[in-house]
Amino acid sequence: MILSIFLALSVISIITALLMVITRNPVHSVLYLILTFFVIAALYILLNAQFLAVVHLIVYAGAIMVLFLFVLMLLNLSKDTEPQKSVAWRWSAAATSGMLLVVLTGALRGGIQLAEGNPPNGQVGLVENLGKVLFTDYVVPFEIAGILFLAAMVGSVLVGKRDLNI
Amino acid sequence: MLEIVKAVPIDYFVYLCTVLFVIGVLGVIVRRNAIVVLMCIELMLNAVNLLLAAFSTYLSDAQGQIMVFFIMVVAAAEAAVGLGILVMIYRNTKSTDISMLDNLKW
Repeated sequence: MILSIFLALSVISIITALLMVITRNPVHSVLYLILTFFVIAALYILLNAQFLAVVHLIVYAGAIMVLFLFVLMLLNLSKDTEPQKSVAWRWSAAATSGMLLVVLTGALRGGIQLAEGNPPNGQVGLVENLGKVLFTDYVVPFEIAGILFLAAMVGSVLVGKRDLNI
Repeated sequence: MLEIVKAVPIDYFVYLCTVLFVIGVLGVIVRRNAIVVLMCIELMLNAVNLLLAAFSTYLSDAQGQIMVFFIMVVAAAEAAVGLGILVMIYRNTKSTDISMLDNLKW
């Protein structure tokens, strides 16, 4: 049952990701990517990583993709203005990524031995456990992430300014 | 014992994430719109995130999910700054075609 759910979600995510790459219209690309993100959130729930699923939905589908969509609409990009690579370039790109896929799956095939650790109990993804780890062992990286956000905020405002006479 | 650990081998997650990552690479190579290229980078980051979360659940170790959290933080900051730069580029060149942006090419 779980295996079939996993396989169905995998197929949907791969199809929507491919459609995102293939479609000509950038707005459609954004919408397909949002679909992919929803499927990935479902996979997080399947892994019992509930905190990650919610954060993923809020951050990616809620914030980042809206930002992308907003910029696309602001710049008024559509199918007509979309530049296209040549056919030969596209075929060679498909061949290159196909070879990358073959190399990666060949390198990873059957070689994964999970270390004998704690038995998987499905409790690690809950907010309680993650919060404990985040605010004890990883409190310094957490604060640094806050500084990074501040820097990104100031930086994007500064980059987006029309004239730099502050 | 979590049911998915028994039902789905970790290899399946590895294959799924590899395919998603390669689709992201394909998009970066194939598309010329800089915004779509940024989106493909987000897809690659998400493939890695999913694999980290899968290993974290299978090994019952919270550090993988903490790493996913930090990757999301960095991805959000990157998207904000990257889109700001893109809007600025569009103002100057009136296009988001990455093959026009070759001024630094030797």
